[in-house]
Amino acid sequence: MKKLAIIATKGTLDWAYPPYILASTAAALGYEVQIFFTFYGLQLVRKDMSCLKVSPLGNPGMPMKMPFGPKWFRDINWNIPNIIQANIPGFESLATALMKQTIANNGVATIPELRELCQEAEVKFLACQMTVELFGFEHSDFIDGIDYVGAASFFEFAGESDICLYI
Amino acid sequence: MNFDKELDASGLNCPLPILRTKKALAELGAGQVLKVVATDPGSVKDMQAFAKQTGNELLSSAEAGGKYQFFLKKK
Repeated sequence: MKKLAIIATKGTLDWAYPPYILASTAAALGYEVQIFFTFYGLQLVRKDMSCLKVSPLGNPGMPMKMPFGPKWFRDINWNIPNIIQANIPGFESLATALMKQTIANNGVATIPELRELCQEAEVKFLACQMTVELFGFEHSDFIDGIDYVGAASFFEFAGESDICLYI
Repeated sequence: MNFDKELDASGLNCPLPILRTKKALAELGAGQVLKVVATDPGSVKDMQAFAKQTGNELLSSAEAGGKYQFFLKKK
């Protein structure tokens, strides 16, 4: 059986997609998969994922388009300068709400849905115990079925893997 | 073509059509045929890749009226 090892280090809504999409797809193709969640990636295994947001601030690659209205309106790219974004309270929450609507409009799975599909497919979740402590998390903040380990445990699986990704 | 089960993955985007296909195949016996309907243009290549890597046979792949139709025979 082929093996896929992923290190998930990012804790935003947009960066939650690559690890969960690749893990669930690989599992469907018959891979044995482990994801090692470390640093901000720990946000992806919290029970409450409402903290996952997307920030257009300092992210020039992110198209800012409205997920509603007539086509000409949807096609506008709202190129808002960083200095203005940074000064509007709730700008990230607004961008996140618009992103979630865009995700729903496009038939793209939600993160909770993809995480559940990974769990069903027996993707193994590992969390970095060092960063759990560093950020003051409790094990009870996270979903069940996680192994709390260190880097050495990750290499036990990653060293035997066919594909290893750092995300 | 005859089939034993049908999966409608219309409106779903990557990787959902593949994940749903995998699930639907799990409910079939060896040699049974699954019909999948999808609207994701990426699913054409993905379904070939899925079949190749899992050993399930892609009997046919066709487009009709903006929809893609696949017939997969379970390994």
